[in-house]
Amino acid sequence: MPEIKVTPLGAGQDVGRSCILVSIGGKNIMLDCGMHMGYNDDRRFPDFSYITQNGRLTDFLDCVIISHFHLDHCGALPYMSEMVGYDGPIYMTHPTKAICPILLEDFRKITVDKKGETNFFTSQMIKDCMKKVIPLNLHQTVQVDDELEIKAYYAGHVLGAAMVHIKVGSESVVYTGDYNMTPDRHLGAAWIDKCRPDILISESTYATTIRDSKRCRERDFLKKVHESIERGGKVLIPVFALGRAQELCILLETFWERMNLKAPIYFSTGLTEKANHYYKLFITWTNQKIRKTFVQRNMFEFKHIKAFDRSYADNPGPMVVFATPGMLHAGQSLQIFKKWAGNEKNMVIMPGYCVQGTIGHKILNGQRKLEMEGRATLDVKLQVEYMSFSAHADAKGIMQLIRMAEPRNMLLVHGEAVKMEFLKGKIEQEFSIDCYMPANGETTTVTTNPSVPVDISLNLLKREMALGGPLPDPKKPRTMHGTLIMKENSLKLVSSEQALKELGLNEHQLRFTCHVQLQDPHSDADTLHRIYTHLKSVLKGYTIQHLPDGTVIVESIVIKVSSSAEDSNTKVLLLSWSYQVKTWTLFLERFVIIYSFKCSEQQQDRELIDIQWGGKKIH
Amino acid sequence: MKLYCLSGHPTLPCNVLKFKSTTIMLDCGLDTTSVLNFLPLPLVHSPRLSKLPGWVSKDGTINLEKRELLDLSTIDVILISNYHCMMALPYITEHTGFTGTVYATEPTLQIGRLLMEELVNFMERVPKAQSATSWKNKEIRRMLPGPLKDAVDVWMWKRCYSMQEVNSALSKVQLVGYSQKVELFGAVQVSPLSSGYSLGSSNWIIQSHHEKVSYVSGSSLLTTHPQPMDQSSLKNSDVLILTGLTQMPTANPDGMLGEFCSNLAMTIRAGGNVLVPCYSSGVIYDLLECLYQFIESANLGTTPFYFISPIANSSLEFSQIFAELCHNKQTKVYLPEPPFPHAELIQTNKLKHYPSIHGDFSSEFRQPCVVFTGHPSLRFGDVVHFMELWGKSSLNTIIFTEPDFSYLDALAPYQPLAMKCVYCPIDTRLNFHQVSKLLKEVQPLHVVCPEQYTQPPLTQSHRSDLMLELQPPPMPYRRCSVLNLPFRRRYERIYILPELANSLVPSEIKPGVSVATVSALLHSKDNKHTLQSVPKPPPMPPSKKRKRVIEEPPVALAPKPMLSGAVALEAFLATLQKHGITEVKVEETADGHILHLQAEDTLIQLEEDGTHIVCDSEPLRTTLRDLVLRFLQKL
Repeated sequence: MPEIKVTPLGAGQDVGRSCILVSIGGKNIMLDCGMHMGYNDDRRFPDFSYITQNGRLTDFLDCVIISHFHLDHCGALPYMSEMVGYDGPIYMTHPTKAICPILLEDFRKITVDKKGETNFFTSQMIKDCMKKVIPLNLHQTVQVDDELEIKAYYAGHVLGAAMVHIKVGSESVVYTGDYNMTPDRHLGAAWIDKCRPDILISESTYATTIRDSKRCRERDFLKKVHESIERGGKVLIPVFALGRAQELCILLETFWERMNLKAPIYFSTGLTEKANHYYKLFITWTNQKIRKTFVQRNMFEFKHIKAFDRSYADNPGPMVVFATPGMLHAGQSLQIFKKWAGNEKNMVIMPGYCVQGTIGHKILNGQRKLEMEGRATLDVKLQVEYMSFSAHADAKGIMQLIRMAEPRNMLLVHGEAVKMEFLKGKIEQEFSIDCYMPANGETTTVTTNPSVPVDISLNLLKREMALGGPLPDPKKPRTMHGTLIMKENSLKLVSSEQALKELGLNEHQLRFTCHVQLQDPHSDADTLHRIYTHLKSVLKGYTIQHLPDGTVIVESIVIKVSSSAEDSNTKVLLLSWSYQVKTWTLFLERFVIIYSFKCSEQQQDRELIDIQWGGKKIH
Repeated sequence: MKLYCLSGHPTLPCNVLKFKSTTIMLDCGLDTTSVLNFLPLPLVHSPRLSKLPGWVSKDGTINLEKRELLDLSTIDVILISNYHCMMALPYITEHTGFTGTVYATEPTLQIGRLLMEELVNFMERVPKAQSATSWKNKEIRRMLPGPLKDAVDVWMWKRCYSMQEVNSALSKVQLVGYSQKVELFGAVQVSPLSSGYSLGSSNWIIQSHHEKVSYVSGSSLLTTHPQPMDQSSLKNSDVLILTGLTQMPTANPDGMLGEFCSNLAMTIRAGGNVLVPCYSSGVIYDLLECLYQFIESANLGTTPFYFISPIANSSLEFSQIFAELCHNKQTKVYLPEPPFPHAELIQTNKLKHYPSIHGDFSSEFRQPCVVFTGHPSLRFGDVVHFMELWGKSSLNTIIFTEPDFSYLDALAPYQPLAMKCVYCPIDTRLNFHQVSKLLKEVQPLHVVCPEQYTQPPLTQSHRSDLMLELQPPPMPYRRCSVLNLPFRRRYERIYILPELANSLVPSEIKPGVSVATVSALLHSKDNKHTLQSVPKPPPMPPSKKRKRVIEEPPVALAPKPMLSGAVALEAFLATLQKHGITEVKVEETADGHILHLQAEDTLIQLEEDGTHIVCDSEPLRTTLRDLVLRFLQKL
């Protein structure tokens, strides 16, 4: 039995460090290659030694697919390809290919230049790694090799996020990456067709949440920002450069315009400005509304939002600052946070998920005293607000996707174990399919039951279809008979006659003949004719022919009549049939003949008939 | 499998393919050359045009390439290869009962929509006071002068469609990406391939598991802006339908581009204006890119370039967002920078675009300048105004770059003309040399092409290199012909469900060849066929009438297999002996042997290709049958 094996190296019952190995139809595929934001040691990267203890990965992987540019999905890529060693193809969408190296470089700078870590990938390694990337277009079917094909679907999570459908023969797996089932202010909703994969590997970040309507959350967000500004406070919104940042910017931009607000909005430097550029050029990846109006007004050209400079943080008066990174674990957002944390007028709004170990995670859990590097502690006095703006599917969305794709099995990753457990129960109950949630390093094996594709001769198929009446009726199955020829790698289903011909074999005819005696005073020809007319009346729907040479043919059974040499009233019926005649037909024949004679010839002796049939009693 | 050819125009094809119970229309190009029969539609009232004797300006009417060869409402899908080949779409999808789907790539749809909008705009902004209709009447037409009298099928010329019809037609378009596989009714799979001619242009593959038809339309091997042509996917086609070759087989596009630049520079230096009548999308991007590099070196930095069209802005903006489908421009968006350099021309104010000559343009207009504007037929659009404005001065130059219209015919109503005329048609589509190389590479079994490609052009009848020479010769089509495509379908894909597959018992007939008899339930749904094990018949309910048992035979019973092989006499006799049949008289005949089983009064006739058992006893016959079967192979 063919099997599909799935092993998470990261993101198994965990968020962060997404890296999932899939073995399908003899192909090995790595889905995502992310890093963990919560660790600073070896645990930061997936454990590639699981694949092979020594040496490069090229021989062990057929391809690597990156779902989107978030570092927990692509952060370990240069480490994997350049330091561990992998030269095979890496697939990602165009926007991901464009943005991913920038985030990687940014990440590298923070780790190496600021924290002074060594043994980390270099800028050159990022460049070399990106050279191995093959861009994917949405819905394009990419043939990785003769057997393995992949196809990307829109995932809506961030610009360029994709779900991938991986297919080998008739087995398939869908990996969702991170996705979002509700369209937001700048991206559309994820979509997939009814591809019925053997396994659907889905993220489950918000496995237990059913979020209230988007509109409410937006209103909440704006209210909080507005209140804080009104009382002269400063608002820090830690974001990742691309994604939520753009959505919130559009939101604030329209709000500022409507309310005619004057407080400045800043965007942390460099990256984010550039990010808006990407949105302009990859407008085809945004939602319907933005795409329709971009010629008149590009939504990503903001009027109220200006670039941030470090010195602005000390400016008096209210302001709103978007700063990276989103989990307050390093960089500018952390610096600003440290400056503003002491004032209770200020506010920090966490618009996304924070992994364990980050400051973002700590303050969200209500921690008010933070231990900083160098034994200093930081008192957190400012207001901490959490707004779930992360574009992940919630429980409802995950169920919706299952209904769309109709998978045979479900596998959850990228979520917390407890929450997964809950969702797993729900899925199994609602869809009655198996749901798995392997931990890191744990392998899930699913046996598949693929159908065997065969080439059927059109003659045979048409013949069989015609038997079912003029119009095909899917509800009425028809039986068909044929011969399957297995030659080298081809499987052909043909009719037996054609099989003989194709294999160059001669047919061997096997015929049987027997004699039956009857009492009938008529002449030979009359008896035959009586048999003929009678059969015709009894056997409707059979081809019955009366040939001039004195034979009656029922289907392929030949009936002849001759008089017995001794008694002209005793007729000898010669029945001849071939091996292929269906037995029941033959029985029917015998029965009908005898039955008929018994009925029509009252004077006939019943005993005689019994005896004549080779000693076998028919009724 | 049939091909209905609705258009005879080789670069604006419209064919309908009937293949495996689907009806697929391949492109619906709009032949607008008929507008050359009309007078230009001036934007500003022109005393000269209206004073022409006996004629009043008429609205542009358009020749639609279709005829009642087949019912348009039966068309299941329309595959569009590029935006020039979809201009007749509203005529097909509206008011014909069409209920199918149109497939096109996103740039094709977006730019196609713009071009249609432009056409409608050109027509509607100059409403006519009066319109004549009776001239289409045969009797009256006979009395008309000149070429109009001889124009064919005038009764099929139609008025231009409205914006409402355009929107309705385009709402039927479903977007596809390159190499995306689209299933049609489970019967065939269609897939667009990059053709390298324009943004989003595609060739199409129409295939089932065993047959493959390639449709090549408007392809280019030159490295201009679009993504390069995907050639390898065209391999192994049974039939390749070839349309849209270059209309200018003798003009080298690079040479023409050079000529374009030098003429432009010359005119400007002499203080004249340059008019470039062109479509609002396509080659213009390449012209602008070429000028971007040329401007500085030719010292034209201060010359204003104007692009005037109702869709100028949209066209320039849209071109920037399809970087994924652009050749050698992908890397630019990674920086991120706009893929086309015309963004920089606009930023530096060297290139300005206006929706029409009215409004801002009239106040900002400076001469000498270069104007890009439509329509290339010179019959409608803003170009008409510039012809009137600049035609009288010999300082000015008009440079034709579009190959679709004869420039002499286009200029006819403006004669006498003092303005210089330069004809540098740029047609990047495949030429005959490239196409024969391509065909050698992809090796289709049969090639179908317009008849024009099977003979040299009329004007250059000695140029045998300007035609297709293939072995076997291509099948030519002309307008309204119906071709029977020469291939027979012999196999179809069917799936054997695992349960059934496991129950099959293969036996080896020859080394490497095994056979298994299959008896199964056939399910056919959505043109997909599967074979399933025959379910065990439910136990017969105890029937009171025995007769019924016989009347309702179990459906599932398999027929006896075919037999093959021969029965060896010696071995058979030995077997008989083992079963207690010893009194056998063997008689030799011409074809084999007759065995007389004396005790049982039974004859067995053994021959090379048959065995005949004459026996009246049922049990013995069964035994003998089983013995014979041991020697034979079952199929």
